[in-house]
Amino acid sequence: MSEYIIKNGKVYDPKTGIKGEVSDVCIKDGKIADKVSNKAKVIDAKGKTVMAGAVEIHAHVAGPKVNEGRNYRPEDKLFTYQPTGKNTRMSGGFSIPTTFKTGYEYARMGFTTVMEAAMPPLYARHVHEEIKDTPIVDEGAFPVFGNNWFVFEYLKNNEMDNVCAYISWLLKTTKGYAVKIVNPGGSEAWGWGENCTTVNDPVPYFDITPAEIVKGLLTANEKMGLPHSIHIHQNNLGNPGNYETTLDTLKIAEGVKPNNKFGREQVLHSTHVQFHSYKGDSWATFESGAKEIADYFNKNKNMTMDLGCVTLDETTTMTADGPFEHHLTSLNHLKWANVDVELETSSGIVPYVYDPNIKVCAIQWCIGLELGLLAKDPMRTFVTTDHPNAGPFTRYPRIYKWLMSNKSRQDMLKGFKNSDKVIAATNLASIDREITMFELAQMTRAGPAKALGLYNIFGGLAPGMDADVVVYDLDEDKVKNPEEIEKAFSAADYVFKSGTMVVEHGEVVSNGNKRTLWVDAKVPENKQVERDVQMKFLKFYSMNLANYEVSNHYVPNPYVIEVDSN
Amino acid sequence: MDIVKLTLVKEPELYLEAENITPDHFAGKTAQQIGELHVHLGNTTAKISDYFTVEGKAGATAADTKIIISGPTDKVKYIGMKMTAGEIEVQGNTDMYTAAWMAGGKIHVKGNVDSFCGIGMTGGEFIVDGNAKNYLGASYRGDWRGMMGGKIIVKGNAGSDTATFMNGGTIDIGGNVDVHLGTHAEGGKIIVRGNAKGRVGGQMVKGDIFVLGQVERMMPSYILKGEEEVELDGKKQLFQVWIGDMGERHAKRKGEIIYGKIYIPAGAGAVQAAAPRAERKKKLTDKQLEQVKEAFKNQSPTVQQVRTYIYDTFDIDMKPMQVSRLIDSLKR
Repeated sequence: MSEYIIKNGKVYDPKTGIKGEVSDVCIKDGKIADKVSNKAKVIDAKGKTVMAGAVEIHAHVAGPKVNEGRNYRPEDKLFTYQPTGKNTRMSGGFSIPTTFKTGYEYARMGFTTVMEAAMPPLYARHVHEEIKDTPIVDEGAFPVFGNNWFVFEYLKNNEMDNVCAYISWLLKTTKGYAVKIVNPGGSEAWGWGENCTTVNDPVPYFDITPAEIVKGLLTANEKMGLPHSIHIHQNNLGNPGNYETTLDTLKIAEGVKPNNKFGREQVLHSTHVQFHSYKGDSWATFESGAKEIADYFNKNKNMTMDLGCVTLDETTTMTADGPFEHHLTSLNHLKWANVDVELETSSGIVPYVYDPNIKVCAIQWCIGLELGLLAKDPMRTFVTTDHPNAGPFTRYPRIYKWLMSNKSRQDMLKGFKNSDKVIAATNLASIDREITMFELAQMTRAGPAKALGLYNIFGGLAPGMDADVVVYDLDEDKVKNPEEIEKAFSAADYVFKSGTMVVEHGEVVSNGNKRTLWVDAKVPENKQVERDVQMKFLKFYSMNLANYEVSNHYVPNPYVIEVDSN
Repeated sequence: MDIVKLTLVKEPELYLEAENITPDHFAGKTAQQIGELHVHLGNTTAKISDYFTVEGKAGATAADTKIIISGPTDKVKYIGMKMTAGEIEVQGNTDMYTAAWMAGGKIHVKGNVDSFCGIGMTGGEFIVDGNAKNYLGASYRGDWRGMMGGKIIVKGNAGSDTATFMNGGTIDIGGNVDVHLGTHAEGGKIIVRGNAKGRVGGQMVKGDIFVLGQVERMMPSYILKGEEEVELDGKKQLFQVWIGDMGERHAKRKGEIIYGKIYIPAGAGAVQAAAPRAERKKKLTDKQLEQVKEAFKNQSPTVQQVRTYIYDTFDIDMKPMQVSRLIDSLKR
C-alpha cells in the first residue's frame, strides 16, 4: 500500500494532545505510522489544518424512512442533480440526498465514519442495502429497542438475562451497532393513538413506563459492556416545556458507572438535545432551556450529548417517533407519511421549513448553538443536525462557523425579523465563547469516537490507528472573515480513508473501501429467548424468521467488534 | 427596449430544454454571445446557435430585453423559466414548463402550450392565445407551493389539474377546463369562462373559483351557501356561492371560518351535487346475440375478438368484462 507523509501542517489531535503545533503525520499500510520510507508521497500542508477523519454519531442516512422521504419529496431533488463525474456517480437531493451524494458530501467535509441513527429491525436489510451503496465512509446502524415488545415483556418481568440475550440476538441478526431508544414507550402507545409525554406515562397494554424502559436497557447495556452506551431520543420531543422531561430522563443515569473495555466513559448518550431543551407553556411563551440542560450535563460526567442544531433551511423531518410527526403535520399542514413497524417501532415523515422570520425557528437555532457553547466539556458534546431533522448534514461547516465566530452569530441574531423577542427568549446574545480548532477536533473527532467505543481506531492520529486524516486549507490564527471557516470545512483539501486518498482539493478521487461496523456480543446460550423469538414470529410477525436476518451478503465488507458478555 | 429575434431553423430530434431563453440570461449579451448559451437535448448539451438563428442584441438589463421566438418551437421546453423581468413573445406553440417559476415580466405565446406551464409562478404575466394542457399554474410534483402570484391568461381551454396547490395570483381561462380544478388551493382566484368538468376545488381550504359556464358535477363536500352579488370584470353580478371543501381543515379569522368558494352565475339552472350516472347499460338484442353465436360457432374467441366484432357490426362499445360474461353465457 502507498505511503504518505503530510508535512508541516498545524495538527490538532486530542488523542496525542497536539494543539496546533506544526508536525508531520505519516501514513503507512492504511494506518498512522511513526515514520515512513523516503518513497512516501509528500503532501505539503504548510499553513493548513490537519485533523483525524471526523466521526458522525447521529444522522438518518440510510433505510426505509430516508428512502420514503426521497420517494415522496421529488421537489427536494429539483435542480440539485450532478451528472456522473470522473470518479463519482450521478447524485442529487438536498435534505435527503441519494446514497451516493451522502457518501461524497460526507467525505468532502472530512468525515470518514457515519452512524445511521435509527434502524427498524424489520427493515434492517433495506438499511444495509443503502449502507452498501453509500461510498467511502465506514458506517454502522443503531437498531431501535425502546418500543420493542420483547424488551417490554422481559423488563416487566424483571428478566435481565433475557434482555441481554435478546439485545445480543438482535444486534447479530440485524448487524447493528448499538442500543437506540426513540421516544421510549411513546411510539408503541401511538399504536393506540396515544403518546408518553413524561417518563411516568404507562404504555397501554404493556403497563410499563418510559423510566423503566430506559433504566432496564441502560442496565443491560452496561451488563453486556457494549462499545456504545444507550443512545436515547427522549420523550416529549419538540414541545414547549419539555426540558423537565429531559432532565427526568437524564436523572435515571445519574451515578451509574460505565462498564466496558473500549474506553467509553458515558452510560447514556442523549441525542439532538436542542429539540429537548425548550421552556415555556406554549409557542407564544416559547424560550430556551439550554442553560438548565447544559448545567446538568456539566455536573454529570457519565453522559454525552449531541446538539441537533437547527440550520434554518427547508428540510425533511423523519423519526421513529410516530406521534411527534403527527403532531408536526397538524402544525404545518404539510404532507405526512406514517408507518407502524409491527412489534418494534413506528415512524413518520413531514417536510419542514425552518424560516428565520418565524420566532420559534430562530429560537431553536439559538438553542442548538447555546448548548454547544454552554457545555464545558467538548469531549462530551458533539455537533450534529440530527440530519435531516434540524437541517441537512451538508450544513455542518456553517455550524462550525457559528460556533467558532461570535461575530457571525451576533450578525445572524441581529438580522432576525423578531430579533428583540428572540434575544429575550435565549441566552445566545450574552455568550461570547468561541470554540477553538482543538475543541472542534474534540467535538467532531475524538469525542464521538470515544463515545462510540471506537477511540482505539478512529478519531485520532496516534500511530497504529486507522489512517483517516483530513487536511483543511485553513489557518486558525489567520482567519479574517468567518466565511473562510465555512468554505474550508465544506471542501477539504485532502481526505485519507484508511490510508487511501479519497478527496483531493475538494474533489472525490476514489470511492475508498467502505466497511460496515457491527457489534457481535457473546452471551450464554438462552433457550427461553430463542423460543420466544420463534413464537412471536409464528404468532405476530408478517414475516418468516428466515427472511428477517441480515445475511452476510448484505454486508460485504464487515468490521465486526466482538464483545464477550458472558 | 432592445429586441432579440430567435428563429428555430433546425427542428430538434428530441425535446430541447432551453431554460437559458430568458431576458435574465440574455441581458447584456450580443447575438453571438447569446448563441453560445447552452441547451440540453437528452443527455447531450448543445448551443442555442445550433438550433436557432439569433438576430439583434439584448438590452443592458433583463427589463430592457424583449425576445421574439419564431419557427416550429413545439418541442422547446422551459422557455422563460425563472425570468424576473423583460418580455418574451412566441409566435408558435411551446412545450412543457413554459413560464415555470416565473417571477416577473411578460410572456406571450400566440399558439398552444403543453403541460406544467406557469408552475410555481410568483409574479409577472403569462398570456396564451391558444390552449394549455394539464397542470397549468400548479405546483411542481410533490411540492405544496403552486402558483403564488402574477397572472395567467389562457384564451382557449386548459387541461386537468389546473391550479393544483394554488396559493395566490389569478388564472383566467377563456374556454373550458378538465377535471381537478384548484385541488388543494389555499388562496388565489381562478376564472373559467366556459365549463368545468367535475372535481372542482377538491381539498381546497381557501381561494375563489368562478365558473361562468357550468360545473358538470359539484363535489359532494361543497355546500350551497346562497346567492351573493360579487364584482367580476368590473361589474357586479349575482352568483350562487358554494363553500367547502368541508372534508378539510379551515382556518378562522376574526371568529369566522374561512372556506374555499366556488361561484356560479345565478340562474344558470340548478347545479346538483353528485348527480347519478346517466349512462345507459349497453345490451344486445336476442337477434344480435344469435348473430354473435353464429359468427363464433365452434371457435373459442378471445374477448378482444368478440368485442371488435360487436363494435364493427352493431356499433356498440361494450366493456371487456361484459363481453367476457357474454362469452361465458354463450358457451352454456
